[in-house]
Order: sequence, then C-alpha cells, then structure tokens
Amino acid sequence: MNVEIIIFYIFSLLLLSSSIAVVTVNNPVKSAISLVFSFFCSAILWLLLNAEFLSIILILVYVGAVMVLFLFVVMMLDINISQAKEGFVKYFSIGIFVFATIAGLLSYFFYNQFDNSSKNIITSIDLIGTDNTKNLGYLLYTEYLLAFEIAAIILLLGIISAITLTLRKSATNKYQNPSQQVNVSKSERLRIIKDEDREK
Amino acid sequence: MNTIFLILDILIDIIMVVLPLFLIVAYTTYSERKIIGFMQSRLGPTRVGPFGILQPIADVIKLLTKEVIIPSNASKGLFLTAPIIMLVPSLLVWSVIPLSEYFVIANINAGLLFILALTSLSVYGVILAGWASNSKYAFLGSMRSAAQIIAYEIAMGFALVGVLMAAGSLNLQEIILSQRGGIFNWYWLPLFPLFVIYLIAGVAETNRAPFDVSEGESEIVAGFHVEYSGVAFAMFFLAEYMNLILISILVSIMFFGGWLSPFEGTFFESYSQWIPGFVWLSIKTLSFIFIFLWLRATLPRYRYDQIMRLGWKIFLPITIIWIFLEGIMIYYKVEPWFVI
Repeated sequence: MNVEIIIFYIFSLLLLSSSIAVVTVNNPVKSAISLVFSFFCSAILWLLLNAEFLSIILILVYVGAVMVLFLFVVMMLDINISQAKEGFVKYFSIGIFVFATIAGLLSYFFYNQFDNSSKNIITSIDLIGTDNTKNLGYLLYTEYLLAFEIAAIILLLGIISAITLTLRKSATNKYQNPSQQVNVSKSERLRIIKDEDREK
Repeated sequence: MNTIFLILDILIDIIMVVLPLFLIVAYTTYSERKIIGFMQSRLGPTRVGPFGILQPIADVIKLLTKEVIIPSNASKGLFLTAPIIMLVPSLLVWSVIPLSEYFVIANINAGLLFILALTSLSVYGVILAGWASNSKYAFLGSMRSAAQIIAYEIAMGFALVGVLMAAGSLNLQEIILSQRGGIFNWYWLPLFPLFVIYLIAGVAETNRAPFDVSEGESEIVAGFHVEYSGVAFAMFFLAEYMNLILISILVSIMFFGGWLSPFEGTFFESYSQWIPGFVWLSIKTLSFIFIFLWLRATLPRYRYDQIMRLGWKIFLPITIIWIFLEGIMIYYKVEPWFVI
C-alpha cells in the first residue's frame, strides 16, 4: 500500500475522532485541545493534497495564535458543565434540523463537484511554476488583488471595532505613563537627611 | 525496497543531527554556568571531572533517575504530554535547517513558514503545563508566558517577512545563497532594525532572561514548570536550551549568511577556502549563544507591563516601518543587496 494512503487514513481517523471529542468531552479545556488537534490533523491532510502553504498557515494562524487565545479564555472561565447540559432534550430537535440542513447542503455541493470534476479552475490561469506558495502569492496580487484588498479592509474594520468596543475609560482606571516614568529625576525620589544628633 | 532505503537514509540523517544536538545542549548548560560564573567572579562547576567538564552528564543522570511526581488533582494525561508538546516542535524545526551547503534533512520550499509555524506551537507546552499542574504559581506563569509569546511572535514574524522580501524566497538555502559576496552583503546591514528586533524577540520567545517572567523565581517560584520533576522537568529544560540554540542558528542564517564565509570577495578568500561552511555556521551560532548567556548575566528582569509595551508599541511599528523602507530599497534596487 502507498505511504500517502496510510497517512491519509491515519490522520482522517484522528481528525474524525478528535472532532467528535470536541463536542463530547466534558471538560471545556480538553475540548479546546481536541479542536487544536483536529486543526493539526486537517493541516496534514492539506499537506497530502500538495497545499503546503495553506496547511502551514492553518497551523501558524489557527493553531499557533487563535486557539492559544481561545484556550486562554476557556481556562479563565468557570464553566458549569451540568448547567450547560440541562437544555439538551429541549434543543435536540433544533440541533437535528441544523445538522440535516448543513449535511444536505454539503453533500449536494460535493455531489456537484465530483460530477464535473473535469473542469479544474486553477489550470485555466497561467501559473509561474509548481511551487504552491509562489503561485498563491502570484494569484493574490494579480488576479484577485481587489478581493484580497477588500478582505484586508474588512479585517481592519473588525480590529478597529473590537478595540473600540473593549476600550472603556472610567475614572477608576489606572494608567502608567512611560515617558513620565523615564523622566523621573533623582531629586524627586531621593532625599538625603542629615543625622544631626550623631554629628554632634 | 526503495522506500525502506529512503526511510533508513532519513533515519541516519536524523541521528546525525539529533545526537550532536543533545551533546551541544548539555554543554550549553555547562558553558552557561561557567560563563555566568566568570562574569560574576565565581568559578562555576568545578567538582565533576577536570574543570567540572563532566557536570552536565552528572546532571543528566540525576534528572533521569529522579521520580516524576504528579500533583494531586492534576490532569494526569495533559500533565505528562505537556513536556512532550514542548519538546517535539523544537526538535522538528531542525529538519529544515541547512547545516552546510550540502547537508539539510528536508530542503523544503516553504522552510521559513515551516519554522514560524512550529515555533508558534511550543506555547501549548507552556499553557498546558501551567493548567494541568493544578497549581496557582504554574497557572500564573503560563498565563504570562502565553501573552508574552503571542506579542513577540508577531514582531518576529514581521522581521522574517523582511528577510523573505530581501531574499525573494522561503527556502532557507536560497536565503543563504542570496547573501553571497562577503560580510557586507549579509542582511544584517540593510535589515539592521529587523535583526535587532528578531534577536530580542527571540530571547522573549524562549522565555529567557531578561524576559523570563514566566519563570520569575522571585515572584512565582519557577513558573509553569514548578510542579515538574525528573524526566518531565528535563524535557522542559532540553526544549528551552534547544530553542536557544535554534534562535541563534536562525539569526546566523537569516541575517549573517549561514554557512557563507565572511572573507568572500576579500584578500583572504583563497586562504580560507579549505574551511568548510559548517565551521562558519558554528562560529556564528556560538557567538549568538554567548550573547544570550551574556544577557542573562547582566540584565535584570523586565517588568511585565514593560514587556507588553515593548512588544506591541515599539517593536511592531518599527518592523512595519522598516518593511516599508525595504520595499522602497527593493524598488530602487539598492546595491549590493537588492539586485534581482
């Protein structure tokens, strides 16, 4: 058997089991860690598809940065699992409905994809080599420049709005002024007292 | 059959890198104790072997034979996997490091990205160790460390973007080759601010003094690995020193021409031709390791809010401004670095 196929099956199995673990594990921190692991497994599956740029970026951005912050927050929160599980029966029917819709849409999409698999979008654009990373960069800055810049601006807007939402100033807030701290002189902090009794 | 030979070949390569690496780590700890000792007018280890030269081996035996204590109410599985998560990425990165003009285990195209991705993983070891220990000190240490590593990773990534722009490639061998032509053709000169930022952010990434708030002996005992003992502690220790060597070798590759000879294009070139590239890389790496030890011996620990301020408000703007300036330099093809 081919090595790639063995790796594919191992990591798909791991991906499926860790994704199931995300929703079934009781401890929120462990569930977040399972999510990290499932990201890692899907990065390896992408690597098998020769999409090395996407797979490394998935690890760098999602595993290395986003999930760290996620884990950070989950660890700080004190989540009561039994309380969160109370509404399980109540929301079960809605959950089934959402699941069925998403599964139906995905299978419809995949069915159509495999139906006309002869149409490959990527080959219609001239590429500058076999290097996936270079090709992607080339396409982003020529063919899809506008879409790329729009995405960047949307992200920038997201950053600005998130910061304005969290930046609340109140009278009780305490700030340090670094330039004031640096400019402190010796005379402000130190006073030399002469011990007159002893000098007599 | 061919696959088996390929795997054997790769295994031999791995052993050729990993075994010397462990030895170097052991003797980095020895030289750290010796150098800091001399800087503080002490002798350092002197008892085991002549000049204490066998001290690291004694330390290894001590750590391996000690009991691994698992705290009560600790999350046992995570407690024991955390050191492994810490160690594996820092070992894995060595697979793409070009050690000489001929030797690199995997000469992949996206080498620089691969390094960035793997070095960002080691933060999990710290966070999980802190959380799984079920100890307040460990948790505080891991929280501090996570915030610090994320802050400095961004500046580090931008510094590497500068290198990538200058070299026009993500492949580490090509980055080295694009610095050909002697000491003034290396990237430390046109990318000087990025080099300084990369070096300092590297110290912060490896949680070493003066950025070692995650350990902070005087405040939180030993930070995230306060509950660890024996082999588990040894793995954290190993990972820390491996990362230290890794940052040093990366600085030499990105900004100091890797295995290139500093005498290229000068009078000494023909006389120094017999020196293999590996020697030059080692000399550069060892000098950066020395700088790291020197920093630890001389600088006091940063205050936590100052660390954050330095990372976000000083390093990040400087890197962005310098990348912009570098773009202008590349546009006007400034000699001798940006001639493509």
